[in-house]
Amino acid sequence: MIRVGPDDFDVAAELEALQADAGGAGAVATFTGHVRGEDGLSALILEHYPAMTEREIARHVDQARRRWPLLGVRVIHRVGRLVPGERIVFVATASAHRRAAFEACEFLMDYLKTHAPFWKQEERTDGTRWVEAKASDEAAAEKWKLK
Amino acid sequence: MNLLYFAWLRQKIGRSEEQFDLPHDITTVRALASHLARRGDGYAQAFADTARLRAAVNREHVSFDAPVADNDEVAFFPPVTGG
Repeated sequence: MIRVGPDDFDVAAELEALQADAGGAGAVATFTGHVRGEDGLSALILEHYPAMTEREIARHVDQARRRWPLLGVRVIHRVGRLVPGERIVFVATASAHRRAAFEACEFLMDYLKTHAPFWKQEERTDGTRWVEAKASDEAAAEKWKLK
Repeated sequence: MNLLYFAWLRQKIGRSEEQFDLPHDITTVRALASHLARRGDGYAQAFADTARLRAAVNREHVSFDAPVADNDEVAFFPPVTGG
């Protein structure tokens, strides 16, 4: 299940839905990203490339499924204006054992960061600026090629 | 072809999307970017440093050496910052 849009989500409800899909999973790993509270930051504004986003995420979910024995995956990414504390992104993976669930969850987050076509703009008290991509995120995604 | 621009490229160019007749001598993403850079102020700024840009052809990430054809959808954008 992949969902991209402005709406918030309920983590408990998403976990229940994942467990219902992934009957018999012994391990569920989740990651939830929030807007960080920083001095002077009033909001993040996220835009994306709608026709490409879900397709790009689906491609990485397929890669994760080929790489680990997953019983279920849910990915949610929000767009629009989000204030500090709000949820932005959610990835949950279910598998028989924890190692696959943990690794697949981290892999999906690393690829979301570096490949899914989203862009963040910071709204600050002194104006707006586009967030720059980080070399450390690129390196995190690259390392999966070597494993 | 359909051209799309995102984030600060969209702001510099002043539009998010446009129709464009691809000249016959342009066959790669790189050549298309160079051509667009010669169209005027906003474009010149947006395409001044292609090392800072990324591209997608028909909704897939590609390198600047990738081929382009007149019925393609080509998007230019800065490195992504989601998650």
